[in-house]
Amino acid sequence: MKNVRLISRLDIKGPNLIKGIHLEGLRVVGSPIEFARKYHEAGIDEIIYMDIVASLYGRNGLHDIVASAAREIMIPLTVGGGIRSVDDVQLAFRSGADKVAINTAVVHRPSLVSQVARQFGSQAMVGSIEAKRAGVGRWEVCTDNGREKAGLDVVEWAREVEKLGAGELLLTSVDQEGTRKGFDLDLIAAVSGAVGIPVIASGGMGKPEDLVSSVEAGADAVAMAHVLHYKQYTVAELRDYAQRHSLGVRTAP
Amino acid sequence: MRTIVVDYGAGNVFSVLRALERAGAMATLTSDARLIENAERLILPGVGAFADGMKALEVRDLVPSIRAYIRHERPFLGICLGMQMLFSESDEFGASAGLGVLTGRVCRIPSQSVGGNLVKVPHIGWSTLTPGSSQSWDESALTGLPKDPAVYFVHSFHAVPDESEIRLAKCDFHGHELTAAIQRGAIFGCQFHPEKSGPVGLKILENFLSF
Repeated sequence: MKNVRLISRLDIKGPNLIKGIHLEGLRVVGSPIEFARKYHEAGIDEIIYMDIVASLYGRNGLHDIVASAAREIMIPLTVGGGIRSVDDVQLAFRSGADKVAINTAVVHRPSLVSQVARQFGSQAMVGSIEAKRAGVGRWEVCTDNGREKAGLDVVEWAREVEKLGAGELLLTSVDQEGTRKGFDLDLIAAVSGAVGIPVIASGGMGKPEDLVSSVEAGADAVAMAHVLHYKQYTVAELRDYAQRHSLGVRTAP
Repeated sequence: MRTIVVDYGAGNVFSVLRALERAGAMATLTSDARLIENAERLILPGVGAFADGMKALEVRDLVPSIRAYIRHERPFLGICLGMQMLFSESDEFGASAGLGVLTGRVCRIPSQSVGGNLVKVPHIGWSTLTPGSSQSWDESALTGLPKDPAVYFVHSFHAVPDESEIRLAKCDFHGHELTAAIQRGAIFGCQFHPEKSGPVGLKILENFLSF
């Protein structure tokens, strides 16, 4: 039986939990701390906080939110968005993060992965990869929340990030993100088959069936936003569905 | 006399301290050898590589005080790497010596399932604890947990004790049995992270604090 982790991804802008609606822009959903608390109580396996404008404006405003959430929740907390240096990583951990997810800074300076892995352990270093389809079976690495192209091939870059010392990969499909039309399964299969570390699929989760198809494609964990934020499914419903389809998920707390 | 968390630069001490606070203990984080040896309860946290962890203890000259504390037979909790370092030796990045309080080795988790398929390592995620030997959970930190308790793991290595009886709990990893918790006398160690394991983890910490 294959295990899958159910992760809620909370995208943050300033003090707000927001959700990007594909081609429409951003909407405020609510308080990032209240939503994290609610998902924790409902039995979500992990939380990811992503400051989606930080790398654009060079800010680091997430730490107060992380510190408040970390006082209340006792599950793994990953923080990403705008982390540029070992000092930023240290600050994230001091605020209460367990792992950091880094994309843009790592594209510009790959050695940051090794530095973080050496100092804090591989388990704390999540390689964040934003992938945009660039033809059949080909994806290009993007930075700054999908706005800039990095000129790198996603599968080759995933292997490189693993080699540098990342403990897992957060793989976001820029094309599927915010669409609720399901994950980019070809992307998941291509990356998961190329690396020996766990892959978190992100972008496109719309219905419980997407859980099963993403795991069959090779995902080890699934990050979701819209389906939970807009109460289309509860954590319990998704977990029950996974169990009925022979996926190993945590027993309800 | 108090609850002491050993400060040797391990990355996750903040979440350990917060979880202990929730479990009802105001723990002190210190690298003071005298406070460590004379603690009422001692917690050795840890994440990361075995050799780096041992080196970090050695440069702070904490190995003798931790060994001395354990000889007093007062409650000890090792978490993840903090548990692994109790053993004699690890295979991680070439062989390196541990605290040697328990005999056994720390070995790499197989990257093949029992059926021969390639599997992802590290083992990251929630796995269910099951009894690892004939040792009862009743008197241990695992007492009073709900049925099929799931806890959070993140590790590439696991401990293989010479005395199989000290393996208090195990978990399944693609058909392999991994050591999830150990108990010998007042020494309790867990491979998983109780501080990240929700209500189950909180109960385990509360149990430990009641010893």
